[in-house]
Amino acid sequence: MAMDESVRKAVLGAVPSLRAFAISLCGNVDRADDLVQETLLRALANIDSFQPGTNMSAWLFTILRNHFRSEYRKRRREVEDSDGHHAESLKSQPDQYGHVEFREFREALAKLPSDQREALILVGASGFSYEEAAGICGCAVGTIKSRVNRARTRLAELLHVNSAEDFGPDETTRAVLASGGE
Amino acid sequence: MEAAATRSKRPNAKPAKLGRDVQARLGQQLRAMYDEVVNQGVPDRFSDLIDRLEGGGKKDPQ
Repeated sequence: MAMDESVRKAVLGAVPSLRAFAISLCGNVDRADDLVQETLLRALANIDSFQPGTNMSAWLFTILRNHFRSEYRKRRREVEDSDGHHAESLKSQPDQYGHVEFREFREALAKLPSDQREALILVGASGFSYEEAAGICGCAVGTIKSRVNRARTRLAELLHVNSAEDFGPDETTRAVLASGGE
Repeated sequence: MEAAATRSKRPNAKPAKLGRDVQARLGQQLRAMYDEVVNQGVPDRFSDLIDRLEGGGKKDPQ
């Protein structure tokens, strides 16, 4: 396969963010890296369907997201997998992001419905516009907006955050929980 | 008036809207968590994979 240098660069450049997205979707680093690998294989096998000049990153995210969704549905039929299960799997692997600092935040994130979680990550962390996120998720822009809003509201509830004062000056989620938690 | 009508059409009773400051703080946490992974860069596994696929057509030069 002859690969254009610019394509190679764009694909590799998207990998760090794809990994972060994949981890947030499946809550497991090893599975996330497999997901990224399968995404790259699919993408490169279908590189001709990528339209030059469009957003490579968004294209790759779409492939990853669709692949995850179909895998997830398959697994769900096999095992009763739920968002609660996802949260549990995070708990058993507290250090998978490398630091425990974000543990409570990650656990709260894992409790969100998956469509809200992915919308929040795409817009709030991956840096996609609402329009791009809607394209990636195959839904209307308004749907993405409402999912992001609901995700934020629910996160604030789960973390017991009612105002910015609930965050410490050098905030960690732990501090948030200590000041506002049960 | 139009705005009020739109608002009343919302099906769910909404919880109090989050202040911008809270949204901003949640956003900071989210990005910090995400960037922790992003900052790990590209693991060798993936650059090797691309190299392998790229070389797939021409094979290793003997």
